[in-house]
Amino acid sequence: MSAELVQFLVAGITLGAIYALVALGFAIIYNASHVINFAQGEFVMIGGMAATAFVDSGLPLPLAAAAAVAAATLVGIALEKLAVEPARNASVVTLIIITIGASILLRGLASLVWDKKIHSLPAFTGERPIAIGGATLLPQTLWVLGATVVAVAALWWFFNRTLTGSAILAVSHNRLAARLMGISVRRVLMVSFGLSAGLGALAGILIAPISFTSWDVGVMLGLKGFAAAILGGLGSGPGAIAGGLALGLIEALGAGYLSSAYKDVFAFVIILGALVFLPDGLAGRRAAERV
Amino acid sequence: MFFRSLLAVGALALASAVQAQEPIRIGAFLSVTGPAAFLGDPEQKTLELYVEKINAAGGVLGRKLQLYSYDSAGDAEKARAYVKRLIEQDKVDVLVGGSTTGETMAAVPLAEAANVPFISLAGAVVIIEPVKKWVFKTPHTDRMACEKVFDDMRARGATKVALISGAGGFDRSMRAECLKVAAQRGVQIVADESYGAGDTDMTAQLTKIKNTPGVQAVLNCGFGQGPAIVTKNYRQLGIQVPFYQSHGVASKQYVKLSGDAAEGVRLPAAALLVAETLPAADKQKKVVVDYKREYEARFKSEVSTFGGHAYDGLMLAVDAIKRAGGTDRAKVRDALESTKGYMGTAGVVNMSPKDHMGLDLSAFRMLEVRKGDWTLVQ
Repeated sequence: MSAELVQFLVAGITLGAIYALVALGFAIIYNASHVINFAQGEFVMIGGMAATAFVDSGLPLPLAAAAAVAAATLVGIALEKLAVEPARNASVVTLIIITIGASILLRGLASLVWDKKIHSLPAFTGERPIAIGGATLLPQTLWVLGATVVAVAALWWFFNRTLTGSAILAVSHNRLAARLMGISVRRVLMVSFGLSAGLGALAGILIAPISFTSWDVGVMLGLKGFAAAILGGLGSGPGAIAGGLALGLIEALGAGYLSSAYKDVFAFVIILGALVFLPDGLAGRRAAERV
Repeated sequence: MFFRSLLAVGALALASAVQAQEPIRIGAFLSVTGPAAFLGDPEQKTLELYVEKINAAGGVLGRKLQLYSYDSAGDAEKARAYVKRLIEQDKVDVLVGGSTTGETMAAVPLAEAANVPFISLAGAVVIIEPVKKWVFKTPHTDRMACEKVFDDMRARGATKVALISGAGGFDRSMRAECLKVAAQRGVQIVADESYGAGDTDMTAQLTKIKNTPGVQAVLNCGFGQGPAIVTKNYRQLGIQVPFYQSHGVASKQYVKLSGDAAEGVRLPAAALLVAETLPAADKQKKVVVDYKREYEARFKSEVSTFGGHAYDGLMLAVDAIKRAGGTDRAKVRDALESTKGYMGTAGVVNMSPKDHMGLDLSAFRMLEVRKGDWTLVQ
């Protein structure tokens, strides 16, 4: 394998891991409510911005990161309580529009609470590049990949081994039946918004040392994460991960071997293709079972 | 149109005869809010600060300055509406403004038709090329930045250059200008990569550049957080050839974001950034140090070159009005065009009928990042 290819793969997998985390956030909320939460990118922004603000105010990095995840989780729960729940009888399209409004609000608030400047977090463990096979990667990349793996494993455990996780899955399969079994749909919605906000915030903190953060960073990351979720099949956990990695690799290899001018075009062309030819995504099953 | 301008001139002559002590009206339209607020905000503050200072010192030709300023929010359509209002309703004597090229170009036809001297604060070459009778500008252009960088590369023996550019307006405009002047400046562009807005990793593009045979220097035409990411990726990949950034990131923020990776990076910038480190013999030192101190003392925030453009715009107008002996628009225009040896924050200005900007390459200083700070390259 040439050094060039290794470098492109490293870049692609790093990007892909972040897209996957954002896509997982989309999947969790979609499963619980069938709503596509367009404020998902803003959770990523809040994670990064809050962490830099906490670090600037003197907190050590691990504490700042934990506090930022907690803050984003609270914002996610508040979004569900204050905006989504009061409109729970509205159509899914209305709910989606509400999340778009929320994303604009959160961006505006962030630019007021913090500022419009670009911020950076210190790398978790130094910035000395590590050489492998002629390519180089930053220690932070390993953090991104490692934390993604841990987060995915924790999610798997949560959904398959805990009562709350099983309840969320039950609601995603059949809301009425779940309610008849005594599951509180409201609580499930709240937990899933909080969970995906925390996950988004984690992604935001992980990449802040590599690609910085600012009040408007959520727009593009949210869009890419959404694309990854579509590519993988909306609502599928493994699909979101596969979609994220695929998107990251397509971008990096496309920019490397074809033309960087059309990098984003490749990604979106693939997604259009997926929608036409694989409407349920890479890991999709027919949605009929949810009816 | 002729009729209208005749009327305007007549009305003005009448007005000035009746009320010699009328204030001098300065009309401004700036992107104080919106996406270009980082331009308009310091510009607005600078105009307010200096109009106040000039008035406190007795005004110009015994008349007070009065500032009419509107927030065009980076929107060309709004800029047009406000400029119309400035000309027809506020009857301003001179226009200073247009934070962005889009807003400026929207105002150009109005200023030309109404014969109002117009000093733009935006960057692009199209504002003054071809020359427009009533339109002037204060900031240096992208093309000059390219020329300055290419000259410096050649001085270091590098003639094969790779470009990596962002997708924003500034980035693309500068890339286009660099491609245009490369051959003329004796360098050859051997790679031309780009990255998107909000991209988080540019190692793929830089790997391509690294593997392009013969690359002797790399120039990043970019603005915002992109250049800092490119800088970090550049060091990560261990690329050894000289690395240049554009004047678009000539701020402390860039150095802070890039950290150690910025060491050794060169970029062209206005003297204002290194005001205090300029040698005492430098003719520009006094004006930039004074402006920087005034601004920072008043607003408690770091000075930017954009505010400096507004300072130059206002001072050029005041200087021209003094030499014209009043606010007769045609005389002020002629005086502006014959500005010679004016020392501003952007450099020394020598206007001519062919050059309505009047700056030369000495307006840019080549800076290098050393130990986390700018140093002047001699």
